[in-house]
Amino acid sequence: MSSSTVSRQTRQARTTPAPGLKPGPSLRTSRNNVSGWAFAAPFLVFFLVFLVWPILYGFYMSLTGKSLTGANDALIGFANYSEAFADAGMWRSLGNTVYFTVISTVPLVVVALVMAALLNIGLPAQWLWRLSYFAPFLLASTVVSLFFVWMYNPQLGLINDFLSKFGIPKVGWLNDPNVAMWSIVIATLWWTVGFNFLLYLAAMQNIPVQHYEAASLDGAGAWRQFFSITLPQLTPTTVMIVLLQILASLKVFDQIYQMTSGGPGGSTRPVVQYIFETGFTGYRLGYSAAISYIFFGLIVVVSALQFVITRRRSA
Amino acid sequence: MANTTLTRSIPRSDSGQAIRQPRKKLSAGKIAAVVVAAVLAVLWLVPFAWATVTAFKSEADASASKVSWFPPSGFTFDAFVNVFQAGNIPLWTWNSLYTSAAITLITLVISAFIAYALSRIEFKGKKVLMIAIIASIIVPPPVLMIPLFYQMLAFKMIDTPWAIILPQVIHPAMVFVLKRFFDQIPHELEEAAVMDGASRLRIFMQIILPLSRPILAAVAIFVFIGAWNNFLWPFISTNDDSLLTLPVGLQTIKSAYGVQYAQNMASALLAALPLIVVFLFFQRQIIKGISTTGLAGT
Repeated sequence: MSSSTVSRQTRQARTTPAPGLKPGPSLRTSRNNVSGWAFAAPFLVFFLVFLVWPILYGFYMSLTGKSLTGANDALIGFANYSEAFADAGMWRSLGNTVYFTVISTVPLVVVALVMAALLNIGLPAQWLWRLSYFAPFLLASTVVSLFFVWMYNPQLGLINDFLSKFGIPKVGWLNDPNVAMWSIVIATLWWTVGFNFLLYLAAMQNIPVQHYEAASLDGAGAWRQFFSITLPQLTPTTVMIVLLQILASLKVFDQIYQMTSGGPGGSTRPVVQYIFETGFTGYRLGYSAAISYIFFGLIVVVSALQFVITRRRSA
Repeated sequence: MANTTLTRSIPRSDSGQAIRQPRKKLSAGKIAAVVVAAVLAVLWLVPFAWATVTAFKSEADASASKVSWFPPSGFTFDAFVNVFQAGNIPLWTWNSLYTSAAITLITLVISAFIAYALSRIEFKGKKVLMIAIIASIIVPPPVLMIPLFYQMLAFKMIDTPWAIILPQVIHPAMVFVLKRFFDQIPHELEEAAVMDGASRLRIFMQIILPLSRPILAAVAIFVFIGAWNNFLWPFISTNDDSLLTLPVGLQTIKSAYGVQYAQNMASALLAALPLIVVFLFFQRQIIKGISTTGLAGT
């Protein structure tokens, strides 16, 4: 992708039967510069206006006391940042986000792998299984939240009713601060595991069938084949899925905001909600921009780790 | 001639029958696998089933303290009738449909053009441009919400459909999904056209794009599902009731109807229906689309 202009032209000169018909190298280069940027231009306009500019402007905002009520646009240096680092509310919400990420990533990867492995054995009616595991991914977060708030209802909910048949006392799925985050993880698992499942299934179906044939001849059973062929072959996929899942989980907001509003007692409030509330409910845009950047820093660190790990793997 | 390269570049994941392992006789292990798969499938279908049963109950039965799959006073369409009389769902569906369609269309056009430039044209500054776009993949949308909201206020776009649409059309990862596909198309095809004096634009429109239909469909599916279900940005950028998208509208239902469980579930099901129906018809393409684009990051 990064072949230099010169080497590319020599290659083309070699393959072109009648070079005399083509414009000279310098004319060609400048023409390429024009058409290259012309093709890039429409994307670039959106990229600059709706991505690059807000990033820069957001950083500028984080250095001001800007608020939605209009007061105090003056630069105040890094005061917002030092306030944020001493803000227990920010640390707590950041902790909730990390906690959610840790406890959601493992089931979201493992259950996806199990689902894909089961299908890959060759169950009949493939479309039916795929539909049931993947369908929830097609739902909006609000639909998922409505479903689960209703099932989690302590008095009338399906889940407590089911558990009561085994003599288990009512659980406050979304009202008990010790349980609420786990309830959200369960709902999230149901909602998005189908995505990882599809990625695993596609990767499994790309494993060359000869590997399995050789193993069968050696007398390896299905269980053995899974651990000595399928799983090792899937390692690059697993690394990618885990990293993408971590990045996705760190951005959690929708389902928590909708199911618990961050409660009870702030026990599930993620950092994105803290940014949202500081900016739009508390009207402190400058301060919430600063917290956005601290959150961004966390994402950059995780992405850098991802980059290092994937580089080392491919090197 | 080009077909071998092209098919190789597409993960062969959609073929439902393509179970790559040799068929084995029905073993105890396989029966166990069916049982586990079935238990998981039932668990995954229960929320849909329970929502459906609830939606067809009367409000009295839905909020009865005794949970029942077969309500004492029978099933009824009341909840759906009430939801339709309240009248918001069709409007929200329409809002979601046209904003998501616009987002998908704009994304496809601008991403395909720049991906072609990155794949085929050697121009000054290309490397820097590529690094900038790759780097931008890591920017999480929530980080942008505060400055973007302020910016949209300045553009006087808040409470217009443009506020929902425009910031959602930048998908740097999809640019690279497209670029990788274009990279696999053999150069010979274009060189013949160049000899005939065809312009870049004509080559792109008449040779590259038609060959890229599968990947364009994959990207379109990925972007459309994301836009259709996006909550945070449409929630921030619209207050006007007539502009709410389905996911945001449903959020207002919860507070407005309170304890109307049957109506809540009827609304949720109506909101879920369009994409589920589309999925039933285009299952193969959607699964292929997700498997092709999914690992690229969002």
